[in-house]
Amino acid sequence: MFRTGLFKNNGAKLGAGIVLVFIIAGLFAPWLSPSDPLQIHMEHKLSLPSWQYPLGTDHLGRCVLSRLIYGTRTSLYYSFIVLAIVFAISIPVGLLAGYAGGKIDHLMMRITDILLAFPSLILSLAITAMLGPSMKNLLIAFTAVWWTGYARVIRSMVLQIKERGYITAAKASGTSHVHIILRHILLNAARPILVLASMEVGTIMLSIAGLSFLGLGAQPPTPEWGIMLNDSRAYMQTEPRLMLYPGMVIMVAVLGFNLLGEGLRRSAHDFNSEGK
Amino acid sequence: MRPILRYLLQRLLQLFPVLLGISGITFALMRLTPGDPAEIMLRADGIKPTYEAIEATRHAMGLDGPVHMQYFHWLYRVLHLDLGHSYSSSRPVFTELMNRSPATVLLTGCSVLAAVLIALPMGIGSALYPGRLLDRMGRVCALLSVSMPSYWLSLLLIYYGAVKLRVFPVMGMDGVSSVILPALTLGFGMAGVYIRLIRSSLLDVLRMPYIKAARAKGLQEWIIITIHALRNALLPSLTLLGVNIAGLLGGSVIVETIFSWPGIGKYAIEAIFAKDYIVIQGYVLWMAVVVVLINLTVDWLHLLLDPRIRLR
Repeated sequence: MFRTGLFKNNGAKLGAGIVLVFIIAGLFAPWLSPSDPLQIHMEHKLSLPSWQYPLGTDHLGRCVLSRLIYGTRTSLYYSFIVLAIVFAISIPVGLLAGYAGGKIDHLMMRITDILLAFPSLILSLAITAMLGPSMKNLLIAFTAVWWTGYARVIRSMVLQIKERGYITAAKASGTSHVHIILRHILLNAARPILVLASMEVGTIMLSIAGLSFLGLGAQPPTPEWGIMLNDSRAYMQTEPRLMLYPGMVIMVAVLGFNLLGEGLRRSAHDFNSEGK
Repeated sequence: MRPILRYLLQRLLQLFPVLLGISGITFALMRLTPGDPAEIMLRADGIKPTYEAIEATRHAMGLDGPVHMQYFHWLYRVLHLDLGHSYSSSRPVFTELMNRSPATVLLTGCSVLAAVLIALPMGIGSALYPGRLLDRMGRVCALLSVSMPSYWLSLLLIYYGAVKLRVFPVMGMDGVSSVILPALTLGFGMAGVYIRLIRSSLLDVLRMPYIKAARAKGLQEWIIITIHALRNALLPSLTLLGVNIAGLLGGSVIVETIFSWPGIGKYAIEAIFAKDYIVIQGYVLWMAVVVVLINLTVDWLHLLLDPRIRLR
């Protein structure tokens, strides 16, 4: 038992480490990358790793390492924006539906029922298709689709918290609804919401890179992992390393967020069961 | 059986507003398109249409009335399985979707099979020997499965399986060997969650008193696990499997595109790049209906497999 506990703990540490490295890479991209990620050098195209280009160059002679580092910035930036907008919609909706109950709750749950009938990727694809492929439209599509699931999860959290003694006490002492929602319910839901968010960053990163890979998200020449992976397809036979780097980076980044989220979830679970 | 019928009937009735909402959203999607659908359709031929031609097409497409009439007009045709005609090929969308379904259904079946073949032994092994080597392997496998981008795994499999070893065809649908790589990609992506889910629910079930009773009776361990424990332990996986199958039937867009698999997902992507809005609309509606039907089937399977729900 002790040993598995340690293993989990190490997993969370490893995850936190990976996430930290990626955040630093994203924040300090201009200082960390050896060259300009957009600068084309046709005379150096598809060159092997060297001191000037530590991971070699792509089909346009651009520095692969610099593009990967700037790609971190693109990926993290858009993932966090999606997450922020999704929570900005789903938290109020979930709080209201869970706390008010009755007709409001019923109406909101039916709306989410309908939206959840569409597989999320497909609806976001369709919205992107209708609006035209671009990163901005991809963000609109993702948030339009993803807020529903979170609204439901947050609603069920609220339903649980609502039954606790201190909420009844607050109501009995005449505390206003707004105060109860903001001070008592939201504060107590904050921890599980944070855990939920950290578990989802990985999925969002995978989807953004996936749609960019298909050509529906970020557009060239933006340094983005999905685009890099798509560019590498044409050179699979001669330069397979071009396909290895971006894929590896996506996987490690997602792995980091998943490990961290899993670790947080476990510690939140332990925290909750200790409190009981 | 009576309560079951009543429950299913109730579920069907609940579906009605959901289906109506789905149709509304799908119809509204069309309104998101920049420009006039009639003009886009005529421009697909590459000739600048005259004003009269646009008006005539608008009338033919039922686009000249007020919005709610347009909706009812459209709904009427949809209920008669008329999803309109593709802008680019001018073939009926419904027929095209039907023609591409078998390929997607085949890929879905093989992917689920791959997922089960990976997840079932690993999940059971992890639950029987928690903390041991197999459990750790299961944990690593599960983590890789959820973190590995399917598009990268596809490329790796194509590179090693088709380009280097030349065992599998690179793309397209051609014989049994062509389904293996895409099915493996999708199956591995799904397996991770099931490994963890089977592990935790089997661990829970094995602690139940009825398993103790079976052991006390002197039943062999493998009978206890396969017949008594697994049946209950697999129930939570069933719901998730429904969600996954529905997603796969939508044509795993990315994997179908990479492997040039002639299914629904590839059709949808082609339509997106060709700005063939009628096809996209038809596809979204089709998918939503498939999801609703699969969810209904899963509910019904739950009723069959878990008598406790029936009694409620």
